[in-house]
Amino acid sequence: MSNIKYILGLFEDPDDMMHGIDKLQENNISIYDVFTPMPIHGIDAKLGVKKSRLGIVAFICGITGTFTAFGMIYFMMVQDWPMNVGGKPNFAIPDFIPITFELTVLFCAFGMVGAFFFRNHLFPGRTPRVMELRATADRFVIAIDANKGFDSEKVDSLLKEAGAIEIKHNDRKYLSYE
Amino acid sequence: MSSHHESILREPLITGKNITYTKITDDVLWPVENKPNRAWWIGFIVAAMGACLWLFAVSYTFWNGIGAWGLNKTVGWAWDITGFVWWVGIGHAGTLISAVLLLFRQNWRNSINRSAEAMTIFAVICAATYVVSHMGRPWLAYWPLPLPNQFGSLWVNFNSPLVWDVFAISTYFSVSLVFWYVGLLPDIAAIRDRATGLRKRIYSILSFGWNGSVKTWQRFETVSLVLAGVATPLVLSVHTIVSMDFATSLEPGWHTTIFPPYFVAGAIFSGFAMVQTLLLVTRKVLGLENYITMFHIESMNKIIVLTGSIVGVAYLSEFFIAWYSGVEVEQYTFIHRFTGPYWWAGCMMYGCNVLMPQLFWFKSIRTNIAISWCLSIVVNIGMWFERFVIIVLSLNRDYLPSSWAMFYPTWVDISVFIGSIGVFFTLFLLFIRVLPSVAMAEVRLLVKTSSEQSKKKLIAEGRIKSEEAEYYVESLEKFDSVEQADYVKI
Repeated sequence: MSNIKYILGLFEDPDDMMHGIDKLQENNISIYDVFTPMPIHGIDAKLGVKKSRLGIVAFICGITGTFTAFGMIYFMMVQDWPMNVGGKPNFAIPDFIPITFELTVLFCAFGMVGAFFFRNHLFPGRTPRVMELRATADRFVIAIDANKGFDSEKVDSLLKEAGAIEIKHNDRKYLSYE
Repeated sequence: MSSHHESILREPLITGKNITYTKITDDVLWPVENKPNRAWWIGFIVAAMGACLWLFAVSYTFWNGIGAWGLNKTVGWAWDITGFVWWVGIGHAGTLISAVLLLFRQNWRNSINRSAEAMTIFAVICAATYVVSHMGRPWLAYWPLPLPNQFGSLWVNFNSPLVWDVFAISTYFSVSLVFWYVGLLPDIAAIRDRATGLRKRIYSILSFGWNGSVKTWQRFETVSLVLAGVATPLVLSVHTIVSMDFATSLEPGWHTTIFPPYFVAGAIFSGFAMVQTLLLVTRKVLGLENYITMFHIESMNKIIVLTGSIVGVAYLSEFFIAWYSGVEVEQYTFIHRFTGPYWWAGCMMYGCNVLMPQLFWFKSIRTNIAISWCLSIVVNIGMWFERFVIIVLSLNRDYLPSSWAMFYPTWVDISVFIGSIGVFFTLFLLFIRVLPSVAMAEVRLLVKTSSEQSKKKLIAEGRIKSEEAEYYVESLEKFDSVEQADYVKI
């Protein structure tokens, strides 16, 4: 028994899984993580996961793009080499808007996605930290750290009660290193 | 949340019996995990031959210069820019489906957004190849970048819409690619976890190590929403800027203020037609009738008739303003679309874009797959002619009658165009073989809320008012993937 590192409850139905989370939490059993094949709304609030701050990152990157683009165009068209085009003003703000907008979007999108990949350690070639292979296809998986000293039989019965169709006792954390 | 049921009065977004999360994965990954069938090979060989033709014709152009095309001193832009604008326009529907419909919470986008976005990326690639090949000296393609003087020129002229276009198209392409790929990660992970051996390794690299934990999904949702939020104005800006390539000139027929909205509507119009062309075949060949249902087809046809009519209103206002302006040259340009030597191109443009889509007012036509497919081709042809008419018919007879000339395409012009269609289909056919053509993670969200089987279960359990159930069953009549007879016994 001491070899068991993680207890996994596999659910077929997302509602049963939500029910299972409630059950476990009522019994003060902390949940390590939940792996699902689709986004489940409300699960982050239930598990106390903080709101994502990527929106702020997106805004900061976007505004950086705005100032970069406008500053660059101002430097090139007004400061460095002003050209006389039929006597029209060099500082032609309306003409600067399209590229300023495009670079705002570009910086915002790449900055935000870059931050997302960085924070979640997503990059090409990263070994997937997967506990259960079917969690990306058709199983909703609750993972419980077995070394936290919970009564594993109780955990099993709670998961069963909530409607888990399979319970796994894994003696290693990630399958993917096999 | 996932147990929330959508109103029974809404038509189902997934049809079929025994649709489980397992079945969705199996159905969608079937073409990826099995050897391609004969239909795929035939399509791929034909498309690849087109791509080879493109390669040859573009190489010929690079070797001999753009003198190989039929351009002359009067008509300096013809099939190249026509093809460019046509492809960029086609691309717009993908972003509209993935971004704008996401913001409006239109759940029917879930099963078509992946392939529509792929279409966007491949269409923009085709457009970009035109940009490079029409430069004449493609090895100097870096000149529109803001590089300093030592490279032989001044800074680029930021007052020029052509420079705006470089920024707009490259931003559009890269942001669309990122949006598409972030959405693909969970589905690539699903392929990875079912595969073995080399396939597993390849998809493991492509999946970036996705594992579907709570925090990953939470951030994924934020990223999708913000990307949709920035991609929506982006897609509108791209075709606005493309239209400004023309509208800021002094050429009759180009110099109009209606161009930006008119081009954007036209882009969405032609893009949805291309989505329809592709998906009607894809759903049949890949057996996705349960996911891309008649509701999707009809909805897209409604968008086609709407945007086609907006384009029609834009055409009318162009004629009105040409007359109202009192400018003789402008008036001639528009009359000449029907009376000049290119009258047939004008007829193709107005006939295919404004008259033919009006057939979609009839429900029997909207829900007829064969007719919808033919009309989508008609719209594609019409929108090509629209760009041809705008570009060539304005140039060939403008201010100086002594300079009037005709444009005749050479075999190189024709080969580059046909070849670009080959490139597009080669990429699309490869895509449906190696990546999931339906966004599985998003379709799974619909199983409990808006699938036919969940609605049927509610009716069977007697939890629905009988008149509402009756209305719902009646609305199922048009579906080719539903047996209405199943409802009789309930």
